[in-house]
Amino acid sequence: MTTREAVLGKIRRSLHTGPSDDDRRATVAARLAAHAPGLIPARGQRDPAGRLALFFEMADKVAASSERLASADEIPAAVARYLRSKNLPQAIRRGGDPRLERLPFDREPQLAVAVGPSDGHDLAGLSHAFAGVAETGTVVLVSGPDNPTTLNFLPEHHLVVVRASEIAGDYEAVWTRVRAAFGEGGMPRALNWITGPSRSGDIEQTILLGAHGPRSLHLLVVDDL
Amino acid sequence: MQVTSPAFRENARKALADVTLQKALKNVEKGFIAKRAKAAEALPEFEALRDAARDLKIHVLKHLDLYLEAYEKKVVEAGGHVHWAESAEDARRIVTDICKRLGARTVTKGKSMITEEIALNDHLEKEGITPVETDLGEYIIQLRGEHPSHIVAPAVHLTKEQVAGDFRRVHTHLDAARDLTEPVTLLTEARTVLREKFLVADVGITGANFLIAETGSSIIVTNEGNGDLTQTLPKAHIVMASIEKVVPTLEDVDTLLRVLARSATGQELSVYTTFSTGPRREGDPDGPGEYHVVLLDNGRSAMLGTEFEDMLRCIRCGACMNHCPVFQAVGGHAYGWVYPGPMGAVLTPTLVGVDKAGHLPNASTFCGRCESVCPMRIPLPKMMRAWRNREWERALNPAALRSGLGLWAFVAARPALYRLAARAAGFGLRLLGRGGRIARLPFFASGWTANRDMPAPEGATFMDQWKARGGRSA
Repeated sequence: MTTREAVLGKIRRSLHTGPSDDDRRATVAARLAAHAPGLIPARGQRDPAGRLALFFEMADKVAASSERLASADEIPAAVARYLRSKNLPQAIRRGGDPRLERLPFDREPQLAVAVGPSDGHDLAGLSHAFAGVAETGTVVLVSGPDNPTTLNFLPEHHLVVVRASEIAGDYEAVWTRVRAAFGEGGMPRALNWITGPSRSGDIEQTILLGAHGPRSLHLLVVDDL
Repeated sequence: MQVTSPAFRENARKALADVTLQKALKNVEKGFIAKRAKAAEALPEFEALRDAARDLKIHVLKHLDLYLEAYEKKVVEAGGHVHWAESAEDARRIVTDICKRLGARTVTKGKSMITEEIALNDHLEKEGITPVETDLGEYIIQLRGEHPSHIVAPAVHLTKEQVAGDFRRVHTHLDAARDLTEPVTLLTEARTVLREKFLVADVGITGANFLIAETGSSIIVTNEGNGDLTQTLPKAHIVMASIEKVVPTLEDVDTLLRVLARSATGQELSVYTTFSTGPRREGDPDGPGEYHVVLLDNGRSAMLGTEFEDMLRCIRCGACMNHCPVFQAVGGHAYGWVYPGPMGAVLTPTLVGVDKAGHLPNASTFCGRCESVCPMRIPLPKMMRAWRNREWERALNPAALRSGLGLWAFVAARPALYRLAARAAGFGLRLLGRGGRIARLPFFASGWTANRDMPAPEGATFMDQWKARGGRSA
């Protein structure tokens, strides 16, 4: 007998499951197929403008900085401005995401833009979010050929573009979009919810920013509502 | 790890006398209790979410075999491997085999309580593989050769001065004269030292907060980002998960995530919630080349269908220990194994035997705070009581306790004698009282007042007062 059969057998014996599992199997299959939402807090249930306001408020509470841009074309200038404000060199690394690819980086001739995954020596990284969640000021990032996961964790400063129209009220609304993009039961390899910059409270329960991930998280919200 | 639970009394006595530990334990209240209360209050649906979370997990446990099968199928579809482990030994062997096949020399680790449960680090070291803990608290206690004293805050028993001393002792390549008085300096130093470890590790091992049957995803929740670096950078990612971690759908995980961080640290959500599904895909610029999940039973399947089944709802938030007066007084190490506090008092006897861990369910005042804050509404005091009953049935208690309880039972079963004895005891205790308090009880009862006083009875017994007010007697 394999350990798989041994473990499953022990579970079935403890649960006193009968010889016919049809009812239990049907229950499980139905629940997985329905993936019905549970209790969704009222907090995020607002109109698009209200969701956006809540997103900014919650992001601020978790020490993420943010700014609102009238169009995606303003992103290169916003990146350069952010780096100056932090006294950082004019250099950033991004993924090959087409939404970032087509931005007018040539308008910032001082800004050196590298493309691809991080080797751990970048000061700043730029990513495009799949979605935002107003309920907790969270951005949702998905991995893929043009979206390296290392950019989310290795650079000291992480700048994330999120479209206002893609800021959902709650996580459940994001799952609906994930299923549309990756199919029923499908997921990207890595899906990251990021809520503020990295922190630790492990020394005397005092919260300090900048543990292993980025010390600061800056959200660039492109107003396409 | 070695079980020192049989020495709980001695462990507790030492902990109470440890001035540094007592200072560090003051941070439990500061760090957790008020924050949890505030987070719970800020979400009007919090109590209803706790009910939903409980009901969800009850459903999962009744169908655990089927959800595990569904989960396994999806992991394999995504290119991952599932390994089933009946025992700690199985799990250790699976992990070592993977590491050896890949020629691994160093392994980074995200926080995982079940790797403590199976003593994985000791085993890896014996095999010549160096495990590096990357969660700041876990890193600190690894430097000290200790084990976590709390399931969420492993180094809660330490002061910043102790951490500074350890960093000086171990990070000898750094300037000996550097200033380490501020916690932020300690954090930066750990970040720099561990960054190099992340970049050279061959295998990354993390735990799992949840597994999703619908998608075959594993989830980890961290604030530091260490878990993500652990699993993204090396050649292989090994997920260590116990069998009860499986949850049906993405929507179901939302419910649990909404209560987890609020109960644990008082955050609305942890900084990083990461859903991992299989290894690096075609065209991916990063991510692990292999993705393995080890599903560990280690005694859990035997809890199903028993009075301890409810314990399998636990999502390891630590709220029960944060709110426990016994944990606050003695800290986590006194409990003598991996899981401290009320959840440990229930789980440890299940996993290592009540003969070894019988003291733990007895180390409770039954004040009920643990159950009142448990996001999964696990009836912890009821289960501690169940362990006391089992201990009694198996005659594991000391003879003095058994004869004392026998005497009490004899008296309690005879109402007239009981009333007489209660009146006599009340009278005697009043004589011992000074200003309403009793400083010292004599003889066999002296232990009761060794570390604290107790209130003296103020008047007649309850039964006498009841009678005087015209109450009916049974």
